[in-house]
Amino acid sequence: MSDSDLLLSMRGVCKSFGVVQANQQVDLLLKAGDILGLLGENGAGKTTLMNILFGTYQADQGSISIQGQPVEIHSSADALELGVGMVHQHFHLVPRHTVLENLMLGRPGKGGRLDQTGARDRLEEIGKHYGLKLNPDAIVSELTIGEQQRLEIIKALFRKAKILILDEPTAVLTPKESEGLFSALRALADGGMGIIFITHKLYEVREVTNRVVVMRGGAVTSVVEDPRAVTEGSLAQMMCGHELTPPEKTTSQLRDPLLKLSGISTRIPNRPFLKDVDMVVHGGEILGIAGVSGNGQRELADVIAGILPPSEGKIEVKGNTITQSSPRKMQKLKIGRIPEDRMTTGLVTTLPLSSSMVLPWINHPNFSRLGILRLKAIREFTEAMISRFGIRAIGPEVRTGTLSGGNLQKALLARELAFDPEVLLASQPTRGLDVAAADFVHRKFLELREAGAAIILISEDLEELFTLSDRIMVMYEGCVHGEQSIADASVEKIGLMMAGAEAA
Amino acid sequence: MHLRLELREHTPLWLNLALPFSAVLATLVLCSGLVALADANVIDAYSKLFLSAVSSRFNMVETFVKAAPLILTGLAVTVAFKAKFWNIGAEGQLLAGAMGAAFVGGIESLPTFSLVPLMIIFSAVCGACWALLPAVLRTRFKVDDVVTTLLLNFVIFYIMTALLDGPWKDPLSGYPDSPDIRMDAEFPILLRATRLHLGVLLSLVAAPLVWLLIRRTTLGFSISVVGENPEAAAYGGIPITRVLIYTALISGALAGLAGAGEVGGLHFQVMAGISPGYGYTGIVIAMLARLNPLGVVPAALFFAIVVTGAEAMSRATGVPVFLADVIQGTALVTMLIAQLFSTYRVRTHLSASE
Repeated sequence: MSDSDLLLSMRGVCKSFGVVQANQQVDLLLKAGDILGLLGENGAGKTTLMNILFGTYQADQGSISIQGQPVEIHSSADALELGVGMVHQHFHLVPRHTVLENLMLGRPGKGGRLDQTGARDRLEEIGKHYGLKLNPDAIVSELTIGEQQRLEIIKALFRKAKILILDEPTAVLTPKESEGLFSALRALADGGMGIIFITHKLYEVREVTNRVVVMRGGAVTSVVEDPRAVTEGSLAQMMCGHELTPPEKTTSQLRDPLLKLSGISTRIPNRPFLKDVDMVVHGGEILGIAGVSGNGQRELADVIAGILPPSEGKIEVKGNTITQSSPRKMQKLKIGRIPEDRMTTGLVTTLPLSSSMVLPWINHPNFSRLGILRLKAIREFTEAMISRFGIRAIGPEVRTGTLSGGNLQKALLARELAFDPEVLLASQPTRGLDVAAADFVHRKFLELREAGAAIILISEDLEELFTLSDRIMVMYEGCVHGEQSIADASVEKIGLMMAGAEAA
Repeated sequence: MHLRLELREHTPLWLNLALPFSAVLATLVLCSGLVALADANVIDAYSKLFLSAVSSRFNMVETFVKAAPLILTGLAVTVAFKAKFWNIGAEGQLLAGAMGAAFVGGIESLPTFSLVPLMIIFSAVCGACWALLPAVLRTRFKVDDVVTTLLLNFVIFYIMTALLDGPWKDPLSGYPDSPDIRMDAEFPILLRATRLHLGVLLSLVAAPLVWLLIRRTTLGFSISVVGENPEAAAYGGIPITRVLIYTALISGALAGLAGAGEVGGLHFQVMAGISPGYGYTGIVIAMLARLNPLGVVPAALFFAIVVTGAEAMSRATGVPVFLADVIQGTALVTMLIAQLFSTYRVRTHLSASE
C-alpha cells in the first residue's frame, strides 16, 4: 500500500519532553472509511501523537502525509486547513450562543457578513446525511452533553474535515448516546472520512472500530486488523503488557448506617434542584449512584460534602443530626470527598503537589501547630503518599498541574484516604483513567469497603457501577428515581431508569 | 522555527534569583535609547543614577528612608494579591494610617512612653479598617474589589483635604496642613545626623515577618490556596470569606504603617502631598518582587535608588528626571515577561522536515 492511497500516514514520529520519550518511531496509517481505534493507557503517547497531528506539538522526527502529500502542521489552524478535525474531551463551545452561532464562529462570510442561511442549510444537510441532527437555534448551554459533542463533530464537518480525531468521546455519554455516536461515526466513515477514536474502553474498540493500534510506553506495540476476532482480554494484555483480572468483591458485612439524608431539597438558581431526596448508606457497602449528568448528582455530592446547604431536609451522620453543615464540619466527621473535576475543585494546579496534598488537612496537628506549618511533616507525608500510591512525580515540590490525569487522581485518592474516612464520596473517580489506574482506584474502594467504610460512588460508567456497587440508586431530574440491589439490577433496567422510565 | 511554552515542573532557585536581575538589565538597555536622545553618555548617566545613591553614608541612609514606605506598601499589595484580593487601595490605606498616627501623636493627655507604640498600632488599625470596607463589599455583595479599593483612595484623600482645610488646619501656620505632632511623639532616630527613623526599621522587619506569614503559617497557606483556586479551597474546608477578610486587614495594616512612618519619622504632620503615590508604586514593587515578600525589599530599594539618583543624574548630565518614571514603568513590563520564563520553559522547535 503506497502512501498516496492513504488518507493519512504518520511515519517514524518521535517526540520527547526532557528525558521522557513520549513517542518513539510511531507509525500510524489511516485509509478513507477507516475507524481506527487508538488504544493505550494514560501516558502511552496517544494524546501526544494526536496533538502532533493536530498541530499542538511538533514532532522531533518523522513525517506526516495527508492524501499522499507531505505536510507540515505547525498549529491547529494548519491542521484544520488540511482537513484534520479534533473533538477534545473538554468541548470548545460558547455556551451562551446558539448552535448556529457556534458553527459560524471564526468563519465570517463574504464582506464580514455572517452567512446564516448557508450555515442553516448545511446543518440540515449534515443532519440528513449522517443522522447528526441539532436544532440550529438551541442555546448551547441548554444542550445535553451528548448534543454538545454532536455539535463539536458538526463543527469539524463544517470545516470540511476529512480526518476526525475523537479523544475518549464516550467518557461523558450515556450508553444510549454512545450508540447514537457510533452509528454517526459509521455513517461518516461510509462517506469516506477517516476517523481516529482514542479510547481505553475495550468493548467499544470491538464494537465500532475496524482496526486497532495499541500503544504502550510511547511506541506502537501491536496493530490488530480485525478487532472482532480478538478478545477483550487479549486487547487488555496488549495495552498493559500484562494480564488484568477484575478485582474480586467479597461479601462484606453490612454495618450501621453512617450517613442518612431525609427529604433533602435544594434551590440554587441555574443548577438542578434536588427534590425530596432520601438516601442511606451503611458501613461496609458501596452505594452506586447512576444518572445522566446534570440530574442532581453533583448537587447531592455538594450537600453531602457540606458545600451546598440544603433548603429543606435532614442530614444525619452516625445518628447525629447535622445543623449548619460546612465542608470543615463534614471533614471532621470523617466524610472524604473525591470531587468530579480534579483540576478545578480538587487540587491546586499552580501550587506544589505537597500543598495540594495537605489542603484539607492543613489544620491537622500533624501538619500545623498553633497556626505554624510543619513543613518537614508535610513533605514527608507527600513523599510517603507518592511512594505508597505509585504517583509518578519527581518530588513533593513539583507543580501539581504538571502531573498526568491518572496521577492527579491517585494523588487525590491518597489525600482523601490518608486519614481513614468513614464515608467516602467519589464522583466520577475513574473518568479519563486508563484500565490499570482505574483498576487501582477500584481496588482501593473495595479495600475501604472491607474495612467498614461507606462509599458513595457517583458514576456515569455503568460497568464501573456494576462491578463495585452493592446497591444502585438512580437520579433523575433531581429526584431519587429508583433503587435496586445489585442482584436485581441489570444494565437495561438501570439504563431505562436513567432515561426517566419508571422502575419495573 | 517555532517557539513554544511548556509548564515547568518546578522553578530552580538560581533562575528565580537571576530573572529579576536580567529584567533590570533589560530595562536599562531599553531605556538607554532615551538617555542617548537626551544627548548624554549612557554609561555616564547610569553611573550617576546608581552611584549617587551609594556615594555617601547620608545618601545611602536616604535611600533606605525613601524605600521604607515603598517596602510597606509593596508588602501590603503582595499579601493582598497572593489571595487575589486586588487591593489597589494601599494609597488610601496609607493616608488612613498617616491620619491615625498624626491624630494620636497630637493627643496632649497621653503619657510619653505610650505615644510611639500607640501611633504605630493606631495607624495599622486605621489602614486595616479602610481595607476592610472593600473586603466586606466583595465577600458580602460581590462588588468588584479593583473598583472599590481604587475609588476609596479618592474618598479618603478628599476627606483628608477637607479636614486639613477645616477643623484640622494648623492654626499657627495657616497652611492646609495638620498641626505638628508632639515633639516626644516623633519617631526615634537610629543613626545620628541622618533621618534613619524607627519606621525604616519597621519596614525592614516587616518583610521577613510577612514572608514567614505566607510560607510558614496556615493562614498564609490558606491565602495562597484561596488565591490560586478558591473552589478547591472551598471543597477543602478553607473558609474563603474569613481568609479574604484577614488578608484585607493585614494588607491594610501594612499600608497604614507606611503612613505612620511618614508622619512619625519625616513630616511630623499630615499634609495633602504626604504620599506621592507610594500606594500605587507599591503595586509595581510587588509585581517586581513577583509577590515574594523578601523580594519586596530589593525592589523597593531599586526604586528608591532610581528616584534619588535621578536628581543627581539630571544635574550632572542634563537627562530629565522623568527617566526615573520611565525606568520604573519599563521595569514592571520586563519583570512581567521574566515571570513568564520562571513559570514556563521556552522551547524552540525545528520542524520535522527541516
